[in-house]
Amino acid sequence: MVVPIAYYLVLSAILFSIGVAAFLVKRNIISIFMSIELMLNAVNLTFVAFAHHWHQVSGQIFVFFVMVVAAAEAAVGLAIIIALFRTRSTLNVDQVDLMKL
Amino acid sequence: MLNYNLLSSRFLSLKSMHLVLFFIFGGLCVAGALNLLLQHHPINSALSLIVVMTSLAVLYLLLGAEFLAAAQVIVYSGAIMVLFTFVIMLLNAGVEERTHGSKAAYIVGFPGAAALLGILTYIFLKQRDHLGSAKLGGYLVTTHDLSRVLFRDLLLPFEVTSVLILVAILGAVALARKEH
Amino acid sequence: MTSSLHLWLIPIVPFAGFLVNGLLGRRFPKALVTTVAWVATLIPFLQVLNIALHFGSLTLPYSENVGTWIAAGGFHADFAFALDQLTLIMLLVVTGVGFIIHLYSAGYMAHEDGYWRFFAYLNLFMFFMLTLVLAENFLLMFVGWEGVGLASYLLIGYYFTKDSAANAGKKAFVVNRIGDFGFLLAMFLLVAHFGTLSFNAIFSQIAQHPEWQGGFLTAIALFLILGATGKSAQIPLYTWLPDAMEGPTPVSALIHAATMVTAGVYMVARAHMIFNRSPFALTTLAIIGAATALFAATIGLVQTDIKRVLAYSTVSQLGYMFLACGVAAYSSGIFHLLTHAFFKALLFLAAGSVIHALSGEQDMRVMGGLWKKLPITFWTMTAAVFAISGIPPFAGFFSKDEILYQAFISPNPVGKIVWFVGLLTAGLTAFYMFRLWYLTFFGKSRTPEAAHDDHGHGHAHGVHESPWIMLGPLVVLAILSVIGGWVGVPAAMGGHNEIEHFLSPVMHAQYLSYEQVSVAMSTHPQAVVHPAPETAEGSNSLALLLAALSVTVAAIGWFIAHLLYFAKPELPEQLATKLRGLHSLLLNKYWVDEFYGAAIVAPVLFLSRYALKGLFDTGVITGGSLALGYTTQGIGSVVQRIQSGNIRSYAGWLALGAAALLLLTYFGFGTHLSF
Repeated sequence: MVVPIAYYLVLSAILFSIGVAAFLVKRNIISIFMSIELMLNAVNLTFVAFAHHWHQVSGQIFVFFVMVVAAAEAAVGLAIIIALFRTRSTLNVDQVDLMKL
Repeated sequence: MLNYNLLSSRFLSLKSMHLVLFFIFGGLCVAGALNLLLQHHPINSALSLIVVMTSLAVLYLLLGAEFLAAAQVIVYSGAIMVLFTFVIMLLNAGVEERTHGSKAAYIVGFPGAAALLGILTYIFLKQRDHLGSAKLGGYLVTTHDLSRVLFRDLLLPFEVTSVLILVAILGAVALARKEH
Repeated sequence: MTSSLHLWLIPIVPFAGFLVNGLLGRRFPKALVTTVAWVATLIPFLQVLNIALHFGSLTLPYSENVGTWIAAGGFHADFAFALDQLTLIMLLVVTGVGFIIHLYSAGYMAHEDGYWRFFAYLNLFMFFMLTLVLAENFLLMFVGWEGVGLASYLLIGYYFTKDSAANAGKKAFVVNRIGDFGFLLAMFLLVAHFGTLSFNAIFSQIAQHPEWQGGFLTAIALFLILGATGKSAQIPLYTWLPDAMEGPTPVSALIHAATMVTAGVYMVARAHMIFNRSPFALTTLAIIGAATALFAATIGLVQTDIKRVLAYSTVSQLGYMFLACGVAAYSSGIFHLLTHAFFKALLFLAAGSVIHALSGEQDMRVMGGLWKKLPITFWTMTAAVFAISGIPPFAGFFSKDEILYQAFISPNPVGKIVWFVGLLTAGLTAFYMFRLWYLTFFGKSRTPEAAHDDHGHGHAHGVHESPWIMLGPLVVLAILSVIGGWVGVPAAMGGHNEIEHFLSPVMHAQYLSYEQVSVAMSTHPQAVVHPAPETAEGSNSLALLLAALSVTVAAIGWFIAHLLYFAKPELPEQLATKLRGLHSLLLNKYWVDEFYGAAIVAPVLFLSRYALKGLFDTGVITGGSLALGYTTQGIGSVVQRIQSGNIRSYAGWLALGAAALLLLTYFGFGTHLSF
């Protein structure tokens, strides 16, 4: 039996929602960052599924670029986290709230 | 007759193999994601995420994206997650503290996330017949095809992306440097 | 057609003087301020004299239109000036007496601070008064009307550091305003019924409809009377005039004797066509005039401040003018206005000279024996006292007598009553004026040696005559007080009553063309032939009899004053103690001010403070805007909590927003996305 594309999409929706939930629950900055990566991956899966459905290679090209950007983002983001850790000595996101009103 | 039956039964198992593989690795993805959510130590979360990435690579293979599957394993699991792990170990991140910084995250966020899941699932399942199905080997994109499009039609974005990576390297170095 | 007389120049020159002195006068030396003020008043006077000299060659009535003011819908009003005989008399009074008083003021105010301010305001007053007199329509007249009220306020409150002066200025303005309200209502009614405010247009329309009697014309006339009582200080709006004596004496002379207060009389004379159609309004006017004349005279009997006596005397004499208009003898009213301007201005200026000589003393009880020390002041004031008491051949006799005669022979039922009241008042007038005369100039000097300094006259070097700049005007006005009445000598006494004939083209104007006369004749012939209420012919012997009667009454008044204040000076005290109640009533001005204060002012203040200010202003207006502010603040402080600085809360809101957007995209916007 073949797998309906819809199942792939539902799977990616589930992964995305778990990513959002993890973002809301986690207090460690790095964990939050990882949940972002999870969300990006879920979207990648969607792209690939649709590329398969419509027989277009551009879906996969898009995933390629997403991966590149995610890599760059991860690098810079982790550098920021390191810089943040140096000044605030904490990785707890609840304690980094100086921009409140 | 026997051959045909054997063939068809093997054929049958070929089709159901797709479904079975999908469920196994899909389940692995979800399990890894849930583990990421539920673990208290970030290193455990990182390792779960690696599991998710790798399972996703298998799913890409099932969908005929062989290059992407390889890139997923090499770049994502092999480089990005390793980077994460390095940083966790560098900063000596310990077990998460249980601080309650925000009520809005729970009160507003969870319903929002649940709503997202609900709406998306509803839409996708509603449109299941329109979307058709994925056949194993139905659409195979070789590296050759991918690179042809990438280096011919999309050469400019490709080069811009490499500049982007350069900028990211510079940024990361500048940000993470020790202050004098 | 006469060439343009440039009437608009007459008011504009004093206005220019006001601007120069008002804006730059502070830095000018006194001489320059004086010159500007004098020139600004002299030029109009010369122009008016020129017009007067060439009067015979003018076609009257003359009017010139300087520009359109309002042209909205069906209503049209212009900056238009008009000249006829009535205007000319008023112009001569205003510019002539005005110029004389400007000369006098230069001497009287020489040592005051704010010298420039005085002359600036005085020129401003001249501008508005001339606009009032020259106006060709009610609207422009109203501009002048209001403006003289403003100038009066500014000048009464000239010594603004004194509370009493500032309050007097406010009182004058507010009471005037009540009258102005009446004037405004009259104007609204005029626009409603006639569609225009131009004198010529309104009076022509009235003339074309002889059947219009009473009704709305009565209403208009009554409102005009209200306006006149405010401006000319009649009952019930006279209370501001005695308080207005807080202003400098030249102001009292010019504004509150000769010109501004006569604006009401001028207005009534100008609108005589309206009044002639309403016997009710005329009767009301006559009664108000007579009552005020008597009322004010009785108060003047016991006042001790020299200026107050003159103030009440002014109110009383204005009552005479209104009495005259009330019996439709408008020319007599204007004649009395003319003579009154001369002798009343003279009285005030001479009183100012006395005050100046005594370094600011105004209480007559500490005057006395001044006739030797201030000879010129004494003789000129004597001329004025004789004139106002109605003793022939001085000016006041002819004008007052003409009024009383017209009242007596008037077909109006109240005519004889008001005649009697007028006669009685004449006696009282003679009494209190001679009382003033005796107290001020005769007897032993009651002045203490130490001189007060109430009005900044820092002369502590004995009583002396005023400088010639002040005495010159006194002499001129004294001469006019003597001969001024000779333009109105009635036929009974061998004269030709020139002023009556001079004004008759105005007072008996038909405002009708030949065709209109024929049309009107066919419907209401009687009204056309006798446009004004019948002024019966009377006989010469009656006139002489009445004249003799009024002279006798005046003589009696003089005699009683002589008795009480010269022959037996201890009598007034005894009378005052014996008739203590009456004396107190008169001394306290019948407690009218107190009554107004309790009955009108106090409730208005209460309403203002608690209802309007407390409830409405603080509650609704301030409260409304405060509520707006608080609401915004409240919403802000609630919404502000979203920006907590916590990333997780931001993420929560983001998730909710994303779900909502997704919902909207798929289920909303009408267009359903179908795959």
